[in-house]
Amino acid sequence: MSAALSVSGLSKSFAGVRAIRDLSFEVPKGRTTALIGPNGAGKTTVFNLVSGVYGVDAGRITVIGTDVTHMASRRRISTGVARSFQNIRLMSHLSVLENLLVGQHVRASSLGALLTPYRLIPNHRWKREARAALAESGLEAYADETVGALPYGVRKRIDLVRATLAGASVLMLDEPAAGLNPSETNALRDHLKALARKGVTLLVVEHDMHFVDSICESVVVLNFGEKIAEGPLSEVRRDPKVREAYIGTDGED
Amino acid sequence: MSGYLTGVLVVLAFNVMAAYAVYLPLAAGQLNLGIAGFMAIGAYASAFLTNEYGWSMWAAIPLGSMLAGGMGVLIGIPVLRTHGIYLAMATFALGQVISAVFLNLEVVGGAAGYPVSDYATPGVVWAAAAGVVVLMLYVSRTRFALCLTAVKSDPTVADLLGVSVRGMQVAAFALGAAVAGFGGGLYAHHYNFVEAQHFNVLLSVFTVLYVLFGGTQTVWGPLVGAAFFTLVPEVLRASDQWRYAVFAAFIILFMAVRPQGLVTASLLRVFRRRRVTP
Repeated sequence: MSAALSVSGLSKSFAGVRAIRDLSFEVPKGRTTALIGPNGAGKTTVFNLVSGVYGVDAGRITVIGTDVTHMASRRRISTGVARSFQNIRLMSHLSVLENLLVGQHVRASSLGALLTPYRLIPNHRWKREARAALAESGLEAYADETVGALPYGVRKRIDLVRATLAGASVLMLDEPAAGLNPSETNALRDHLKALARKGVTLLVVEHDMHFVDSICESVVVLNFGEKIAEGPLSEVRRDPKVREAYIGTDGED
Repeated sequence: MSGYLTGVLVVLAFNVMAAYAVYLPLAAGQLNLGIAGFMAIGAYASAFLTNEYGWSMWAAIPLGSMLAGGMGVLIGIPVLRTHGIYLAMATFALGQVISAVFLNLEVVGGAAGYPVSDYATPGVVWAAAAGVVVLMLYVSRTRFALCLTAVKSDPTVADLLGVSVRGMQVAAFALGAAVAGFGGGLYAHHYNFVEAQHFNVLLSVFTVLYVLFGGTQTVWGPLVGAAFFTLVPEVLRASDQWRYAVFAAFIILFMAVRPQGLVTASLLRVFRRRRVTP
């Protein structure tokens, strides 16, 4: 099976601290993979390197066959990789719908698209599409609300919907279930499974192992910026190195 | 209409155009404190064309505006590499430099000023200001405006979503410069006289104040801010020398109550909802 996302020999240091060390792994196309590890293991740094927030010190990043290692961060989304954020990064004084429209930008960035007065056109296809995506997640009631006024769980889900609107085939989700209540977590699980059924490749950073177990086919375990194990969760959790890394944390259940 | 009222409404029209010139870069999170410099470019360039080449103002003013916009691109590309207070200082200095250049340029009269031959009537000035407002309303309904807001709110996320942050910033800065140049050209042709001293720091700073006061979240903010700053001091004229003290107290009070400006996105949303569900 070909890889949707592959990193090889990836390294990154911050002021002498080696955050990622010679990291290599592949995310197979159409599969859901989790990136797990204790706090500070470098999971979010991997997302930041793949999306281009940080440049790499060494190594290579490939998204669906395209080498994006030195590509400008804003161009990477057009190769098919989009992400969500651990600490929700929505534009809080805009409405939900407007936030989602920004998410569509990569598919509507021509001069003509930029200058189309979509707000004057009732039911413009961009708005219809964004509302449809909200409806799929059961969030259509919030379309016209100001994002800043919404509860945490709803904002978290909207951050995810925005990431899906780029039409990316690889989605990197940074702790999508963190801070959600059980019913919101269930809704999120259904949503992610629906995305996976559509063929979207998911790479998920998550601490909740029950959640990981319920959606991910395989996991990559990081500790101190290095890969210490890889494979199905049931196998990985028996690995002595993983047990050692997780001692005293809730991942060891 | 009395001469006094006409005069006030003409000043209002100029202030509205200047406010939108400041608003455009501000909508992308960039403070341009040198807007008077771009007005001067539009004013002098168009005046030069009507005086020296006998152009009609109908051609000279748009060309002056385009020239100011072009300078906006040229200057914006290096200047917009700075951020925050440094950008404010850079644009502040820029306004001063442009003004100083015209002050010393003998071909356009230097410090003595430059009389302008063609005349723009109050009606033309009002129509032009209305045109600028309509154009801004149109722009505010496009994805371009949405991108500017995204760039302002969170440049990192906007970039990761594929928005060209630098491109949007330079475009907004240059469009603002073009609007400033347009207003400057009309100013020259309405008063039939340009002097570099008019395009000073206070003009830039006051214009920024209108916009911040009106609010930068929606397209209506600059209009409301400019109207407030132009009309309220006139209404307070009866109290003579105290009017500026009263007016300043007003501003402090309003900014304390509404730090995001008078007109905010959530305020408009409340109004819209009331209209839908009476």
